Amino acid sequence: MSSPVDQAKNAEKFLADTVHEERLDKLLWGMRMRRDAAARQVPEWEELRTLASEIKEHTLSNLSDYLIQFEARATANGVIVHWARDAHEHNQIVYDLLAEQGTNLLVKSKSMLTEECEMRPFLERRGIRVTETDLGERIQQLDDQPPGHIIGPAIHKTNKDVAVLFSQKYGSDPNHEDTAYLAGVMRENTRPDFLKARAGMTGANFVVAEPGAIVVATNEGNADLSANTPPLHICSVGIEKIITTASLAVFIRLLARSATGDTITQYTSMFRGPRKGAAMHVILVDNGRSTRLGMKRFWHSLKCIRCAACMNTCPVYRRSGGLSYGSTYMGQSASS
Amino acid sequence: MQVALMVPCYIDMFYPHVGIATLELLERLGANVIYPKEQTCCGQPMANSGCSEEARATEEHCARVFGSFDCVVTPSGSCTHHIRNKFTAAADSPEKQNLVRNTYDLVEFLHDVLRIREFPWATFEHKVALHTSCSAIRGLNMASMSERVHDPVFSKPKALLSGVSGIEFVEFERVDECCGFGGTFAVTEEAVSAEMGYDKLAFMQKASPDCIVSSDMSCLMHLQGCARRQRQDIPFFHLAEVLNGVSL
Repeated sequence: MSSPVDQAKNAEKFLADTVHEERLDKLLWGMRMRRDAAARQVPEWEELRTLASEIKEHTLSNLSDYLIQFEARATANGVIVHWARDAHEHNQIVYDLLAEQGTNLLVKSKSMLTEECEMRPFLERRGIRVTETDLGERIQQLDDQPPGHIIGPAIHKTNKDVAVLFSQKYGSDPNHEDTAYLAGVMRENTRPDFLKARAGMTGANFVVAEPGAIVVATNEGNADLSANTPPLHICSVGIEKIITTASLAVFIRLLARSATGDTITQYTSMFRGPRKGAAMHVILVDNGRSTRLGMKRFWHSLKCIRCAACMNTCPVYRRSGGLSYGSTYMGQSASS
Repeated sequence: MQVALMVPCYIDMFYPHVGIATLELLERLGANVIYPKEQTCCGQPMANSGCSEEARATEEHCARVFGSFDCVVTPSGSCTHHIRNKFTAAADSPEKQNLVRNTYDLVEFLHDVLRIREFPWATFEHKVALHTSCSAIRGLNMASMSERVHDPVFSKPKALLSGVSGIEFVEFERVDECCGFGGTFAVTEEAVSAEMGYDKLAFMQKASPDCIVSSDMSCLMHLQGCARRQRQDIPFFHLAEVLNGVSL
């Protein structure tokens, strides 16, 4: 384990810079307000939340059965399913797949699990170039920082920060702070990698047991490009993400509304098997989850759907910045 | 009705007039108030810091002092919350069970037990920014929570204060966001705590209140500290003072 994190001291540093603190506080409170507005539109909102919690209680109570069912169905669909006990096993599986594929480039969309496993440095040490293709995650990669928020990795940065960073890394105009321009710079620089790469990676928001499917909810669409362009799709997912088919609608209704106040994400893609001529691998990762499941007072945290509503509403998080916690799942994630 | 008055340690030390206002108010309402002089503290500061073992003697003392009363009233949501919901350091005893069952925050006692809605002796012709503490909202269900968007909106402190003639309430942003005090949090996370306090004050001040009122003096202590450092001259009152007829 790493040394203890002095969150209070880190927060003090973050607060010393009022521009960033005020911006983060406003942005995240704005998301909280959007979440409230979205929830107001759904009369059965609290029942939905309770239902989702009960479904998770059920799937977590029968976790092994559902995982085995998923493995059987996914395998029948032509997916190759791997089991990783911990981060190292996960990273090794990914590396072996890339080596087998004979590629040293991996395009990927955002995944907190690969952050948790510290996969990028593992692969980079072995000569693999990893390209994060989601804007926020790419910004953080270029800046050599972990994500500061689980759904908005670079939300603590201003447009100016990004303009300066891109000018250093991509040679773009440091004075051009327009969001569309910056997104364009990023796209021009990452899109070619989609075409070059022989392997793409995604995380997953849900693993659906009966059809043996994974579901990925995104707004930028890079997960779909990562999954559908290269001839190999690797999906890494934590074992707690398993749900049943009938409950998918419950979670889809909750996820984007809780996260950003949108009714649904721009893309909600279900992957059930490999494309013609391509391969699909799913890595089911434990990395401490089954131990957590056995903890009487903490197993509830595995119900978390990673919407980040807890971070957006938390007055301490909003004033501290996500990086102050020195943890992949920062702040209050999964604490309630 | 016999009532034992528990005056939180920080009120005893820093704001004795709030303890006195609480006593006078309860007596005005016909209560037979007893003030056990050997009382000290409910143990909350230690327990909140994770020092359960260090909280034990204090909690047990509190249970001994107050455990024989049918009704214990304290002008503090956080002390009530601690005793009712987190009083786990003290060994179990009939006194402890009695105390846990019979302790009320002043607002609850007036609103739910005595069901008082009129305070005819009090006039307060001022615009009030009303702050309700996290302990009171989240721990004691004293007011609705803003994120529970389909729940009915209510506030027991506001319902009581509305019984004071002339009072007006200003509306401000992020009404139920924490003031940043959080007990020992203000010490362990000084920078974040202070920033939250400054922000809270700023949201209130934008609505141009004449004063800031709360049923938790500890929140007000924090906000007052923030206001002083910013050289803001705004008065702070505990709800008991306003209900007892204080003038600005």
